[in-house]
Amino acid sequence: MENKNGSMGTVAKKSISSVSSFITTFIMIAVDVLLGYITYQLARMGYFPLTVIFIIIILMISVAFLVPKLSHLKWIVVGLSAWLLFSIFPILFTIFNAFTNYGDGHLISQAQAIEQISNQTYLPEIGKAYEWVSYRSDDNDYLLWVKDNEESTFIARPVESEGEERVFDVVPGENGIGEIDDDGAPLTIEGYTRLNRIIAATDQNLTNIKFGDPDKTIQVRSPSEAAELLPLFKYHADDNTFENQQIGTIYYDREGTWTARDGSKLIPGYNSVIGFDNFVEFATSPGLRGPLVTIVTWNFIFATMSLLLTFSLGLLIAVIYGDPHFKGKKILRSFLIIPYTIPSLITILIWRGMLNPDLGIVNRMLESFLGISPDWFNVPILARIAILTVNTWLGYPYWMLVTSGALQSIPSDIYEAAEVDGATGFQRFWRITLPLLLVSVGPLMIASFIFNFNNFNLIYVFINGGPPIPTATTTAGYTDIIISYVYNLAFASGRGVQYGYASAISVVLFILIAIMSLIQFRFTNMWEEVGENV
Amino acid sequence: MSNQAKDKKTITITQQRRIGLILRWVLAAVLIIFSIFPVIWIVSASIDPVNNLATQKLIPDNAGFKNFRELINNPIFPFFTWLWNSIKVSVITTVLTLSLTTMAAFAFSRFRFKGRQSLLKTILLVQSFPNLLAIVALFSISKQIGDVFASLGLNTHGGLILVYLGGAMGMNIWLMKGYMDTIPRDIDESAHVDGANDWQVFFYLILPLLRPILVVIGILSFIGTYGEFIIARTLLTKRELQTVMVGLQIYTSGQYTQNWGVFSAGALIAALPIMIIYLVLQDQIVGGLTAGAVKG
Repeated sequence: MENKNGSMGTVAKKSISSVSSFITTFIMIAVDVLLGYITYQLARMGYFPLTVIFIIIILMISVAFLVPKLSHLKWIVVGLSAWLLFSIFPILFTIFNAFTNYGDGHLISQAQAIEQISNQTYLPEIGKAYEWVSYRSDDNDYLLWVKDNEESTFIARPVESEGEERVFDVVPGENGIGEIDDDGAPLTIEGYTRLNRIIAATDQNLTNIKFGDPDKTIQVRSPSEAAELLPLFKYHADDNTFENQQIGTIYYDREGTWTARDGSKLIPGYNSVIGFDNFVEFATSPGLRGPLVTIVTWNFIFATMSLLLTFSLGLLIAVIYGDPHFKGKKILRSFLIIPYTIPSLITILIWRGMLNPDLGIVNRMLESFLGISPDWFNVPILARIAILTVNTWLGYPYWMLVTSGALQSIPSDIYEAAEVDGATGFQRFWRITLPLLLVSVGPLMIASFIFNFNNFNLIYVFINGGPPIPTATTTAGYTDIIISYVYNLAFASGRGVQYGYASAISVVLFILIAIMSLIQFRFTNMWEEVGENV
Repeated sequence: MSNQAKDKKTITITQQRRIGLILRWVLAAVLIIFSIFPVIWIVSASIDPVNNLATQKLIPDNAGFKNFRELINNPIFPFFTWLWNSIKVSVITTVLTLSLTTMAAFAFSRFRFKGRQSLLKTILLVQSFPNLLAIVALFSISKQIGDVFASLGLNTHGGLILVYLGGAMGMNIWLMKGYMDTIPRDIDESAHVDGANDWQVFFYLILPLLRPILVVIGILSFIGTYGEFIIARTLLTKRELQTVMVGLQIYTSGQYTQNWGVFSAGALIAALPIMIIYLVLQDQIVGGLTAGAVKG
């Protein structure tokens, strides 16, 4: 590199630069060690994808500082690391998720799922039985005394109880046990009341409580018997199936869900790759496709109308008040950009209050002047009009500012020439002003379109996409756009959270946005400028 | 005769002008009302002691600062903690964004290296994907980092700032690099001849010249971070850590109609810093907007 300390003149300068390079190397090593420690811990916790990203970051930093040929990377490496970690990796993660069943019922790994299913138990109708006596405290804590066929006895607390021993022997004087009866059951236990047969038999809670240690659980089976619970499912590792011990059904592993031949499924399943199923479901299931068609259509209408309305109003103001003879321009501008100066979330919340159908100021005024009270929140078309109104309010100052700047840069001699040729004011606007304007602000229009296409805040905060679409099987509303629909699918769906499916729609949306962005970049000559050699 | 006709004509032209002017002012009045009505309404709500959406009047009876006092004293909604959190996170994010993007833009503008163009194009393209779509991933990355290094994980401002920084490259680098390209390279070359290294060129020569674009990117980054709400809401679940936008949204998700006055007071205070920045720095911001920034 010719611009690397190449023209250093004196020895003194050289030694300074070697001291500073020593310091940077030292800092680099310190950073690498810290990141190395984090990486090691991540690997130990089993977070392997993230571990890989961290290893790449460490390599990048080391290379940037150690390989002279790549020293320009020093300037980018920190930003690039953050970018890799929080822009690239999340996108890759989302694309991967799109091909999995990640979501409610499939949030855990296969080993965890096997463990959870193996822990499920059932109360056998025959098998080892105990005699039992129960005790209840004032706080509705229970104890169970049991005696098996070999006459050995013990007392068990519920499985959920913590802190104390769950199982203990019957020793008078210990654990608050008083005298014992002929069978060996305590007559009194301090803090508890012994329940007689009738009370115990009618106690609603008792038959639902599992007593004892997690691996040896006892439950009351009948007024005279308690029994030890058995594992409901037996896992066969050789062919990865579960067998129901009670009725013998076999469950086969089908893409992360153990499914029987009759279609019944075990819960939970595990997180596994399921190929294109999410995309297929997205295209074929009527309950999903129906709302999606509505949502995508509205998404395009919303973005187009928002752009048209804000652009036209902004341009109108710029044209009418752009006249240099018009006094008070500056004051007017200061007033008119006010909507733009308020953080949009706050504005949306304010409008939500103003348009509240029962209590808001807008409807109270409409009511008293015109005698109407439109239901902005519950009638689909009114909700859409309300959202477009709010968005126009939010967005027109931007276009007012942008177009008045752009109008001034149109040379005035073009207008003079047009006037000489006898063009009317209207013609001048349509034939000269607008085409020239579109050339200069076209890229911004595309950017604005993309921004509104994904204007999550407005849709979500205003009325959360409502009113709901009645035929939808997922949470979907008439003002939902794709991004708010995806968000609800991932976090608030009526069918439980569905990250996999939400990710699949995200991937489709990624592609749509990428196409629009590429068009924008072509328009702006951004690509050419990237390549320019200044 | 001809003179008279001329007079008539001038009269009609001045009359036309006058009518046009009146029409313009009428239209301007309508537009001004449309623009500032919500603001007036929220100001009136904030000083209206009724504190209720349904009974609030445009001109309140017994106006006073009751709602503001309640905002200060409400222990469930620590409004000023939220405001402080927002300012803290936004300032730190802005400063770090500026340092990262300025340095990266310097490399992209001044060095010629393999993969420079494709890297820049990739950064631009990736930027256009809303990171909200990858929010599940962002959440789990934050959680996993937090399991190892608690101060950068979930429910920390450090973790939130880190996520914001991940999206800082992109349009900002683009604006910054474009501006740097307009600074002639002769300046650096003569400095190199005099024995300056890259760092000195960057720090003593280029950086001072970047002040206008630093102001623009700084303001837009501050405003964008201050107004961001959905990522902050996902990553920060502890009430005392939340930002003011999240707080206001939570405030209105409950029985907001009965606390409308207090909400209005909060909204007004939260909006004020940004409104002042905008009105004072109008011209710089407009410059940045026309260069391709979209309000976030």
